Amino acid sequence: MTDMSYLDGNMLDGPLRELFAVDLSAATGRCQSCGMVAPVARLHVYSHAPGLVARCPACTEVMLRLVRAPDRAWLDLRGATFLQVPMPLEGRRPADPAGTRPVGGDRRGGRGGTG
Amino acid sequence: MGIVSPGFQGRRRMSGPALPPGQYLTEDFPVLSAGPTPKVPLDDWEFVLGTETGAEFRWTWPELMGLPQETPTVDIHCVTRWSKLGTSWQGVSLDTLLDGVDTAARYALVHSYGGYTTNLPLDDLRGGRAWVAHTYDGVPLPAEHGGPARLLVPHLYFWKSAKWVRGIRLLVDDQPGFWETAGYHDYGDPWREQRYQGD
Repeated sequence: MTDMSYLDGNMLDGPLRELFAVDLSAATGRCQSCGMVAPVARLHVYSHAPGLVARCPACTEVMLRLVRAPDRAWLDLRGATFLQVPMPLEGRRPADPAGTRPVGGDRRGGRGGTG
Repeated sequence: MGIVSPGFQGRRRMSGPALPPGQYLTEDFPVLSAGPTPKVPLDDWEFVLGTETGAEFRWTWPELMGLPQETPTVDIHCVTRWSKLGTSWQGVSLDTLLDGVDTAARYALVHSYGGYTTNLPLDDLRGGRAWVAHTYDGVPLPAEHGGPARLLVPHLYFWKSAKWVRGIRLLVDDQPGFWETAGYHDYGDPWREQRYQGD
Protein backbone atom coordinates (compact mmCIF):
# COMPACT_ATOMS: atom_id res chain seq x y z
CA MET A 1 0.00 0.00 0.00
CA THR A 2 1.40 3.39 -0.94
CA ASP A 3 1.90 5.87 1.86
CA MET A 4 0.11 9.02 0.74
CA SER A 5 0.73 10.99 3.96
CA TYR A 6 3.66 12.87 2.54
CA LEU A 7 5.00 14.08 -0.74
CA ASP A 8 8.56 13.84 -1.90
CA GLY A 9 10.93 16.76 -1.77
CA ASN A 10 10.34 17.71 -5.36
CA MET A 11 7.25 19.57 -4.28
CA LEU A 12 9.42 21.99 -2.31
CA ASP A 13 11.07 23.30 -5.43
CA GLY A 14 8.39 25.82 -6.30
CA PRO A 15 7.71 27.13 -2.79
CA LEU A 16 11.38 27.43 -1.91
CA ARG A 17 12.20 29.08 -5.20
CA GLU A 18 9.56 31.67 -4.46
CA LEU A 19 10.70 32.07 -0.85
CA PHE A 20 14.37 32.53 -1.55
CA ALA A 21 13.73 34.85 -4.44
CA VAL A 22 12.66 37.49 -1.93
CA ASP A 23 14.93 39.72 0.07
CA LEU A 24 15.32 37.80 3.31
CA SER A 25 16.73 40.83 5.05
CA ALA A 26 13.15 42.16 5.01
CA ALA A 27 11.96 39.04 6.84
CA THR A 28 11.55 38.67 10.58
CA GLY A 29 12.53 35.66 12.64
CA ARG A 30 11.67 34.26 16.05
CA CYS A 31 14.53 33.12 18.23
CA GLN A 32 14.09 29.53 19.33
CA SER A 33 16.00 30.25 22.51
CA CYS A 34 14.47 33.44 23.93
CA GLY A 35 11.41 33.98 21.75
CA MET A 36 12.36 37.43 20.54
CA VAL A 37 11.00 38.34 17.14
CA ALA A 38 13.45 40.44 15.21
CA PRO A 39 14.03 41.46 11.61
CA VAL A 40 16.64 39.29 9.96
CA ALA A 41 18.42 42.51 9.16
CA ARG A 42 18.94 43.03 12.90
CA LEU A 43 20.60 39.68 13.56
CA HIS A 44 24.23 39.74 14.56
CA VAL A 45 26.12 37.97 11.81
CA TYR A 46 29.62 36.62 12.46
CA SER A 47 31.25 36.34 9.09
CA HIS A 48 34.93 35.94 10.03
CA ALA A 49 34.29 32.24 10.35
CA PRO A 50 34.04 29.11 8.21
CA GLY A 51 30.42 30.08 7.56
CA LEU A 52 27.91 32.81 8.34
CA VAL A 53 26.56 32.63 11.88
CA ALA A 54 23.56 34.85 12.62
CA ARG A 55 22.76 35.32 16.29
CA CYS A 56 19.77 36.72 18.15
CA PRO A 57 20.41 40.36 19.03
CA ALA A 58 18.81 39.77 22.45
CA CYS A 59 20.24 36.50 23.76
CA THR A 60 23.11 35.89 21.26
CA GLU A 61 22.02 32.31 20.57
CA VAL A 62 22.49 31.08 17.01
CA MET A 63 19.38 31.54 14.84
CA LEU A 64 20.76 30.84 11.38
CA ARG A 65 23.89 29.33 9.88
CA LEU A 66 24.85 29.32 6.25
CA VAL A 67 27.86 27.45 4.95
CA ARG A 68 28.86 27.88 1.34
CA ALA A 69 31.02 25.33 -0.43
CA PRO A 70 32.04 25.98 -4.03
CA ASP A 71 29.27 23.73 -5.30
CA ARG A 72 26.91 23.40 -2.32
CA ALA A 73 25.40 25.33 0.53
CA TRP A 74 23.98 24.35 3.92
CA LEU A 75 21.29 26.38 5.61
CA ASP A 76 20.58 25.62 9.27
CA LEU A 77 17.56 27.32 10.80
CA ARG A 78 17.12 25.19 13.90
CA GLY A 79 17.62 28.25 16.07
CA ALA A 80 14.66 30.04 14.51
CA THR A 81 11.12 28.83 15.13
CA PHE A 82 9.92 30.77 12.09
CA LEU A 83 10.87 33.20 9.42
CA GLN A 84 8.14 35.63 8.42
CA VAL A 85 8.66 36.73 4.85
CA PRO A 86 6.85 39.56 3.07
CA MET A 87 5.04 38.09 0.08
CA PRO A 88 3.02 39.37 -2.86
CA LEU A 89 -0.68 39.35 -2.08
CA GLU A 90 -1.95 35.83 -2.66
CA GLY A 91 -3.86 35.45 -5.90
CA ARG A 92 -2.23 38.35 -7.69
CA ARG A 93 -0.44 37.48 -10.84
CA PRO A 94 2.40 39.26 -12.49
CA ALA A 95 1.64 41.29 -15.56
CA ASP A 96 0.85 39.11 -18.55
CA PRO A 97 3.31 40.07 -21.25
CA ALA A 98 1.55 38.00 -23.90
CA GLY A 99 -1.69 39.82 -23.34
CA THR A 100 -3.57 36.58 -23.07
CA ARG A 101 -5.52 37.34 -19.90
CA PRO A 102 -9.20 36.82 -20.50
CA VAL A 103 -11.12 39.99 -21.13
CA GLY A 104 -13.73 40.65 -18.52
CA GLY A 105 -11.78 39.05 -15.70
CA ASP A 106 -10.20 40.85 -12.77
CA ARG A 107 -8.33 43.56 -14.58
CA ARG A 108 -7.03 45.43 -11.55
CA GLY A 109 -3.72 43.71 -11.69
CA GLY A 110 -3.59 43.42 -15.44
CA ARG A 111 -1.43 45.28 -17.83
CA GLY A 112 -2.75 48.71 -18.55
CA GLY A 113 -4.84 48.69 -15.40
CA THR A 114 -3.28 51.91 -14.26
CA GLY A 115 -3.92 53.92 -17.30
CA MET B 1 60.47 19.72 26.76
CA GLY B 2 59.88 20.88 23.26
CA ILE B 3 57.78 18.98 20.80
CA VAL B 4 58.34 19.88 17.20
CA SER B 5 56.27 18.59 14.35
CA PRO B 6 58.67 16.62 12.20
CA GLY B 7 59.23 17.51 8.62
CA PHE B 8 58.03 21.10 8.59
CA GLN B 9 60.86 23.10 10.02
CA GLY B 10 64.09 24.71 9.12
CA ARG B 11 65.26 24.77 5.55
CA ARG B 12 62.76 22.24 4.36
CA ARG B 13 60.03 24.78 4.95
CA MET B 14 61.73 27.19 2.59
CA SER B 15 61.76 24.75 -0.29
CA GLY B 16 59.37 21.91 0.43
CA PRO B 17 55.66 21.64 -0.01
CA ALA B 18 54.84 22.64 3.55
CA LEU B 19 51.30 23.64 2.76
CA PRO B 20 48.37 21.28 2.38
CA PRO B 21 46.48 21.53 -0.91
CA GLY B 22 44.43 24.67 -1.37
CA GLN B 23 46.12 26.59 1.45
CA TYR B 24 48.08 29.84 1.35
CA LEU B 25 50.75 31.00 3.77
CA THR B 26 50.04 33.83 6.17
CA GLU B 27 52.43 35.50 8.59
CA ASP B 28 49.80 37.12 10.80
CA PHE B 29 47.27 35.25 12.93
CA PRO B 30 43.73 35.82 11.62
CA VAL B 31 40.97 35.86 14.22
CA LEU B 32 37.96 33.74 13.31
CA SER B 33 34.95 33.54 15.53
CA ALA B 34 31.39 32.27 15.30
CA GLY B 35 30.17 34.38 18.19
CA PRO B 36 30.98 36.81 20.97
CA THR B 37 34.27 36.29 22.78
CA PRO B 38 33.58 34.79 26.21
CA LYS B 39 35.34 36.36 29.16
CA VAL B 40 36.31 33.58 31.55
CA PRO B 41 37.99 34.64 34.82
CA LEU B 42 40.72 32.22 35.78
CA ASP B 43 39.13 31.79 39.23
CA ASP B 44 36.03 30.38 37.53
CA TRP B 45 37.77 28.42 34.79
CA GLU B 46 37.65 24.66 34.89
CA PHE B 47 38.21 21.83 32.47
CA VAL B 48 35.95 18.80 32.70
CA LEU B 49 36.65 15.46 31.09
CA GLY B 50 33.56 13.26 31.09
CA THR B 51 33.42 9.64 30.10
CA GLU B 52 30.66 7.59 28.52
CA THR B 53 29.83 6.14 31.94
CA GLY B 54 29.27 9.54 33.52
CA ALA B 55 32.57 9.69 35.38
CA GLU B 56 34.06 13.20 35.45
CA PHE B 57 37.59 14.46 35.91
CA ARG B 58 38.00 18.17 36.69
CA TRP B 59 40.92 20.55 36.70
CA THR B 60 40.97 24.12 37.99
CA TRP B 61 43.36 26.64 36.47
CA PRO B 62 46.03 26.12 39.18
CA GLU B 63 45.64 22.36 38.80
CA LEU B 64 46.14 22.61 35.02
CA MET B 65 49.22 24.71 35.55
CA GLY B 66 50.53 22.11 37.99
CA LEU B 67 50.50 19.36 35.37
CA PRO B 68 53.53 18.61 33.18
CA GLN B 69 53.80 21.31 30.52
CA GLU B 70 54.84 20.88 26.90
CA THR B 71 55.91 23.45 24.33
CA PRO B 72 54.83 22.26 20.89
CA THR B 73 55.86 24.16 17.77
CA VAL B 74 53.38 23.26 15.07
CA ASP B 75 51.91 24.30 11.74
CA ILE B 76 48.23 25.23 11.75
CA HIS B 77 45.80 25.11 8.84
CA CYS B 78 42.46 26.90 8.79
CA VAL B 79 39.69 25.60 6.56
CA THR B 80 39.27 29.17 5.27
CA ARG B 81 42.56 28.44 3.48
CA TRP B 82 45.22 30.22 5.50
CA SER B 83 48.08 28.29 7.04
CA LYS B 84 50.59 29.51 9.58
CA LEU B 85 53.83 27.65 10.09
CA GLY B 86 55.95 27.13 13.16
CA THR B 87 53.56 28.45 15.79
CA SER B 88 54.81 28.13 19.37
CA TRP B 89 52.53 27.08 22.20
CA GLN B 90 52.60 25.90 25.77
CA GLY B 91 50.04 23.59 27.27
CA VAL B 92 49.14 20.23 28.71
CA SER B 93 49.07 17.17 26.50
CA LEU B 94 45.77 15.32 26.25
CA ASP B 95 47.85 12.21 26.94
CA THR B 96 48.42 13.64 30.40
CA LEU B 97 44.75 14.51 30.92
CA LEU B 98 43.58 11.13 29.62
CA ASP B 99 46.12 9.20 31.67
CA GLY B 100 44.24 6.95 34.05
CA VAL B 101 40.85 7.70 32.50
CA ASP B 102 39.09 4.38 31.98
CA THR B 103 37.02 4.55 28.80
CA ALA B 104 35.82 2.40 25.93
CA ALA B 105 34.77 5.49 23.96
CA ARG B 106 36.05 6.01 20.44
CA TYR B 107 34.88 9.58 19.95
CA ALA B 108 35.18 12.93 21.68
CA LEU B 109 32.96 15.99 21.65
CA VAL B 110 34.78 19.13 22.70
CA HIS B 111 32.80 21.86 24.48
CA SER B 112 33.73 25.51 24.80
CA TYR B 113 32.69 28.45 26.91
CA GLY B 114 30.22 30.26 24.67
CA GLY B 115 28.60 27.05 23.43
CA TYR B 116 30.88 26.00 20.57
CA THR B 117 31.42 22.28 20.02
CA THR B 118 33.52 20.13 17.72
CA ASN B 119 33.96 16.39 17.38
CA LEU B 120 36.90 14.15 16.59
CA PRO B 121 37.98 10.57 17.16
CA LEU B 122 39.47 10.00 20.60
CA ASP B 123 42.57 8.49 18.99
CA ASP B 124 43.35 11.92 17.50
CA LEU B 125 43.63 13.34 21.01
CA ARG B 126 46.28 10.77 21.91
CA GLY B 127 49.84 10.15 20.83
CA GLY B 128 51.31 13.60 21.47
CA ARG B 129 49.06 15.24 18.90
CA ALA B 130 46.71 17.33 21.04
CA TRP B 131 47.04 19.83 23.88
CA VAL B 132 45.06 22.17 26.06
CA ALA B 133 47.11 25.25 25.23
CA HIS B 134 47.21 28.38 27.37
CA THR B 135 50.27 30.22 26.08
CA TYR B 136 51.04 31.40 22.55
CA ASP B 137 54.38 32.87 21.51
CA GLY B 138 55.48 33.10 25.12
CA VAL B 139 52.53 35.08 26.46
CA PRO B 140 49.14 34.07 27.88
CA LEU B 141 46.78 33.17 25.05
CA PRO B 142 44.69 36.27 24.22
CA ALA B 143 40.93 35.87 24.50
CA GLU B 144 40.40 36.51 20.78
CA HIS B 145 42.58 33.48 20.06
CA GLY B 146 40.81 31.29 22.60
CA GLY B 147 42.28 32.23 25.97
CA PRO B 148 42.40 31.35 28.76
CA ALA B 149 42.86 28.00 27.02
CA ARG B 150 42.08 26.38 23.72
CA LEU B 151 42.36 22.91 22.34
CA LEU B 152 45.28 22.52 19.96
CA VAL B 153 44.98 19.67 17.44
CA PRO B 154 47.18 20.93 14.63
CA HIS B 155 47.02 17.85 12.41
CA LEU B 156 43.36 18.64 11.71
CA TYR B 157 41.81 21.83 10.31
CA PHE B 158 41.92 24.51 12.93
CA TRP B 159 38.16 24.58 13.61
CA LYS B 160 38.82 21.38 15.56
CA SER B 161 41.16 23.32 17.86
CA ALA B 162 38.26 24.71 19.87
CA LYS B 163 38.80 28.13 21.41
CA TRP B 164 37.78 28.76 25.04
CA VAL B 165 37.75 25.03 25.72
CA ARG B 166 35.93 23.97 28.87
CA GLY B 167 35.65 20.23 28.54
CA ILE B 168 35.56 17.06 26.50
CA ARG B 169 32.91 14.37 26.55
CA LEU B 170 34.01 10.89 25.55
CA LEU B 171 31.35 9.14 23.49
CA VAL B 172 30.71 5.66 22.19
CA ASP B 173 29.03 7.09 19.08
CA ASP B 174 30.25 10.03 17.04
CA GLN B 175 28.27 13.23 17.56
CA PRO B 176 28.90 16.09 15.15
CA GLY B 177 29.74 19.51 16.52
CA PHE B 178 28.97 23.10 15.55
CA TRP B 179 30.47 23.23 12.06
CA GLU B 180 30.16 19.52 11.46
CA THR B 181 26.36 19.86 11.65
CA ALA B 182 26.47 22.65 9.08
CA GLY B 183 28.25 20.97 6.23
CA TYR B 184 31.84 20.68 7.38
CA HIS B 185 33.71 17.40 7.37
CA ASP B 186 33.52 15.11 10.37
CA TYR B 187 37.28 14.53 10.43
CA GLY B 188 38.91 17.48 8.65
CA ASP B 189 42.34 16.30 7.53
CA PRO B 190 43.96 19.25 5.72
CA TRP B 191 46.36 17.02 3.79
CA ARG B 192 43.38 15.19 2.28
CA GLU B 193 41.51 18.50 1.93
CA GLN B 194 38.54 17.23 3.90
CA ARG B 195 36.75 20.56 4.11
CA TYR B 196 33.12 19.63 3.56
CA GLN B 197 30.97 16.58 3.99
CA GLY B 198 31.75 14.08 1.28
CA ASP B 199 35.24 15.46 0.56
